[in-house]
Amino acid sequence: MYVAVKGGERAIESAHAWLAEERRGDTSISELGIPQIREQLKLSVDRVMAEGSLYDPDLAALAIKQSRGDLIEAIFLIRAYRTTLPRFGASSPVDTGAMSCDRRISATFKDLPGGQILGPTFDYTHRLLDFKLAAEGELPQAPTREATPGNVPHVTEFLNREGLIEEAPHDDTPPPDLTREPLEMPADRALRLQALTRADEGFTLGLAYSTQRGYGRNHAFVGELRIGAVAVEMDIPELGFAIEIGEITLTECETVNQFKGSKTEPPQFTRGYGLVFGQSERKAISMALVDRALRWEELGEDNVGAPAQDTEFVLYHADNIQATGFLEHIKLPHYVDFQSELELVRKLRREAGATETQEAAE
Amino acid sequence: MALLAKAPEGRVAALLAAAMARPVFDWLRAPEIGSAMVRGRAGGTGAPFNLGEVTVTRCALTLESGEVGHAYIQGRRKADAEAAALVDGLMQGPAAEQVRKAVLEPLEAERKDRVSKRAARAAATKVEFFTLMRGED
Repeated sequence: MYVAVKGGERAIESAHAWLAEERRGDTSISELGIPQIREQLKLSVDRVMAEGSLYDPDLAALAIKQSRGDLIEAIFLIRAYRTTLPRFGASSPVDTGAMSCDRRISATFKDLPGGQILGPTFDYTHRLLDFKLAAEGELPQAPTREATPGNVPHVTEFLNREGLIEEAPHDDTPPPDLTREPLEMPADRALRLQALTRADEGFTLGLAYSTQRGYGRNHAFVGELRIGAVAVEMDIPELGFAIEIGEITLTECETVNQFKGSKTEPPQFTRGYGLVFGQSERKAISMALVDRALRWEELGEDNVGAPAQDTEFVLYHADNIQATGFLEHIKLPHYVDFQSELELVRKLRREAGATETQEAAE
Repeated sequence: MALLAKAPEGRVAALLAAAMARPVFDWLRAPEIGSAMVRGRAGGTGAPFNLGEVTVTRCALTLESGEVGHAYIQGRRKADAEAAALVDGLMQGPAAEQVRKAVLEPLEAERKDRVSKRAARAAATKVEFFTLMRGED
């Protein structure tokens, strides 16, 4: 059957014009600037950069403004923009051991070289609404103290010395890239980590929580969580050597997991790893827990059938742009599809009716 | 080059303009915006993996005196890339000492100041544990 496929243009144009008006809201209230979003909604900006998989605070702030604060829509905008950029190369792997730490805590060791640095955290706040923020107020000055110079060592190094933790041996195999080749199974750890670092925060959190509640339990401790700036270094072909091209803020989480040993591995602690753009510790911890759960096979553990152990399930459902794209497309016109379904149901009913009449007649 | 890449927007051009007249140059490659894939290592030290991209601006130019200046800097900042490439070119010529004093040294001092201010705030949030007397022993 022929179905009208034209005629929406005027309605669409009017809808977009109204969207622009609604985005601006009440014009008697001053308009939000990109620098305001970048500076004052920094954690939203960080999430958009992490899941949009492109580090550029100004672009992320613009995307948040354009999407009226809908972060998944903003991530979509960033992903779309990313595809228009020519790629100049890949950085040398960042050295998180040389991070200028804003925050560095360990839940496994109280006294450790470098100390426990809380940083600008929500932890230990009372989670009571602060009405002072609703009124324009004076900003209290953050206290300072003389800092100890030098790098802060990774906690896992201490356990490594006793051989109590599995090693992460140095390796320089070029990693696969899911933005260049489609994600296919089996996925090695490098590919899983790439998929997890850009995965939806909510989905990753839910899966990580499921492992804590017993679905693929692996007893994670936060060995270390650190947030801070690291240098980005890239080989420049014209120069013939690597230079620092900039600096990015990252959140890194290393979990230390109880491990009784298996057929192939001795009893020791094993590791999960999370590394995420920006300040995003909920995501980094979740990533480390899910990374560890997905490692069951290489560590010779049992597959207990937990969702977080199923690589295909996790990786194919973790991307919120793929998910929302497929989910939301069902609201778009499906008139022809539905028309054929309607015909089919009518036909089945006619046939069923005919059989009944026939049976009654017999 | 690290200092030039990490300088705040407009700073390199401002310092250079204060030091000398704008050098004459030809583009070898006009400023171009693209990306670089940032990598991390599993467990911080293990096998590399792709973390995500960062926006990068690059350009290359030849100064009148023949030196070639390159720039690769984070962000979408064409004017900053131009200023960085100019400084890179000048550092290879007779004006090197002048540029070091007028541009690189102030950039380094400003950066040190920014980094140490942040580090001092972090240091103030360092926990100092103490054990309470337990009354036994």
